[in-house]
Amino acid sequence: MASKSWLNLLTFLCGSAIGFFLCSQLFSILLGEQGDTQPHILHNDPHARHSEDNGQNQLEGQMNFNADSSQHKDENTDVAENLYQKVRILCWVMTGPQNLEKKAKHVKATWAQRCNKVLFMSSEENKDFPTVGLKTKEGRDQLYWKTIKAFQYVHDHYLEDADWFMKADDDTYVVLDNLRWLLSKHSPEEPIYFGRRFKPYVKQGYMSGGAGYVLSKEALKRFIDAFKTEKCTHSSSIEDLALGKCMEVMNVEAGDSRDATGKETFHPFVPEHHLVKGYLPKTFWYWNYNYYPSVEGPGCCSDLAVSFHYVDSTTMYELEYLVYHLRAYGYLYRYQPALPENTLKEVNQVNRNEDPKVKLGNP
Amino acid sequence: MLSESSSFLKGVMLGGIFYALIAMLGHIKIGHGNRMHHHEHHHLQAPNKEEILKISEDERMELSRSFRVYCIILVKPKDVSLWAAVKETWTKHCDKAEFFSSEDVKVFESVNMETNDMWLMMRKAYKYAFDKYSDQYNWFFLARPTTFAIIENLKYFLLKKDPSQPFYIGHTIKSGDLEYVSVEGGIVLSVESMKRLNSLLNIPEKCPEQGGMIWKISEDKQLAVCLKYAGVFAENAEDAEGKDVFNTKSVGLFIKEAMSSHPNQVVEGCCSDMAVTFNGLTPNQMHVMMYGVYRLRAFGHTFSDALIFLPPNGSDND
Repeated sequence: MASKSWLNLLTFLCGSAIGFFLCSQLFSILLGEQGDTQPHILHNDPHARHSEDNGQNQLEGQMNFNADSSQHKDENTDVAENLYQKVRILCWVMTGPQNLEKKAKHVKATWAQRCNKVLFMSSEENKDFPTVGLKTKEGRDQLYWKTIKAFQYVHDHYLEDADWFMKADDDTYVVLDNLRWLLSKHSPEEPIYFGRRFKPYVKQGYMSGGAGYVLSKEALKRFIDAFKTEKCTHSSSIEDLALGKCMEVMNVEAGDSRDATGKETFHPFVPEHHLVKGYLPKTFWYWNYNYYPSVEGPGCCSDLAVSFHYVDSTTMYELEYLVYHLRAYGYLYRYQPALPENTLKEVNQVNRNEDPKVKLGNP
Repeated sequence: MLSESSSFLKGVMLGGIFYALIAMLGHIKIGHGNRMHHHEHHHLQAPNKEEILKISEDERMELSRSFRVYCIILVKPKDVSLWAAVKETWTKHCDKAEFFSSEDVKVFESVNMETNDMWLMMRKAYKYAFDKYSDQYNWFFLARPTTFAIIENLKYFLLKKDPSQPFYIGHTIKSGDLEYVSVEGGIVLSVESMKRLNSLLNIPEKCPEQGGMIWKISEDKQLAVCLKYAGVFAENAEDAEGKDVFNTKSVGLFIKEAMSSHPNQVVEGCCSDMAVTFNGLTPNQMHVMMYGVYRLRAFGHTFSDALIFLPPNGSDND
């Protein structure tokens, strides 16, 4: 019967397809095993030599059984360490209970460790993370109130432990070494604060909240004093603007944080948004807010950038890798910023007894 | 019922035999030259740091200039935005970079290979490069426009490696008995390897233009087969900690994987500090890498390097 032979044909085809598939799996397993039966001790040991090496490859590595993180053995951090002692920065990170695992955790795992002191500010205390409980509510409209309370807390408990006081969000990435370089040219007794300067609403401009801002000790004292003497208002729904207004009222200068070539160091977005021409549309608010002429493309950003904002968790680690790990070997950077004079003297003092070949290299 | 199950079984058997035949044929083609010797996974390392410090300052500049890297980038019209990004970014750091395309593309200058087949493109590009430049460059680096390369780190890796020896370096993959360098991570050939390759390109038994019998074999595998005949074997490049230096993934992908597999050591477990290549980047990410590698850094961290590389002329993003 015709239908029966059709059915037979169908089952035959099904069978052959299954047979084909099964065999392919079988073969790949067999071939995989064949690869594994060869001694793979060498696979995990990058220092091993090969028996059939007829001396042509000139492999010249030494076995380092005390393998530390040897990538950084030839890295000289004298200048960075000197600045760590001289320019003490207390960082406080604006966060909340719902963001500890999602965001604040990655800040803690990366740049926060380089602050002289770091505090995570939340509406509630969390002893494990740990966070400081500001006893406020959460929400965008609470930001200014949280900011005031955070600075109050820092002022009351840590005023003498630092020279500069940096505020950042839990999606801000900060390069502390570059911040210290920027601040080393100023004194903590100056009434001044730095960040990404915006021009609207405040005559001397104000600093973008997300890109982070840093107050000198004097600026912090005046900020706290402003509320005691009621020169500044507590209520505002726009944290950075309100703080900027208060700074102006208290005669704290809005500083110029650009580098020696005029490039911005604090950034309200991630590198991609600044570096790629046309990424931010021309109608975007950003273009009208910058105090200094806005630049997109490579001129957007200083080599010694201090901060980026809207940094998600992956990008936090990527930036950490790009700033502190990956580099172009032997590359002579175009931008060679001057060392602060005092630092130069101190570091040279230390190096006087060392091997003259180990110079300062490329800062 | 019985006739159906028997026809089913016959089908299974036939399907299996059919597959086995195909696999054998394909395997024989690839595995032919393998009787030469068994060798295990080859690893090559970055230079040793103690030796580097012994190089005098005068020798550094001269040594840096002794590496001449010619970059071959194989492109197709659909790669236009990546092509633009690659042209504006890392290829400026090659001693010379040329783009080899499947056909003429009005927007960019390229050497037209007049073929859509990647293996044919690769062969022709290698032949062109060798015929024209074998006396001017000692290392030849081939990449796709999805790859970002740091040529300075390549030169550092090649320190102490003699280009008159047959080197074939990159991110290696083992496929059965064949170990080949993946084109996605970039392929490095010394001038000696180029010479040997080019002597075989005319011999179809050793270096056929159409490798696989039933289905196509990728161009990087075909290259490996060809080079094997010439006694050139793939070597995986690693740093002092055993991390791959040529990567077939992007930094972002490595980070994402690290965040799930070892969340307490994300950056430490990610990638080499001396990485040469990353792959799978978008054009925007290329610009970010350019900034991240050649500009963005932490003040006060300095290095005493054995080589000195100057920024290229007429460039503003590095």
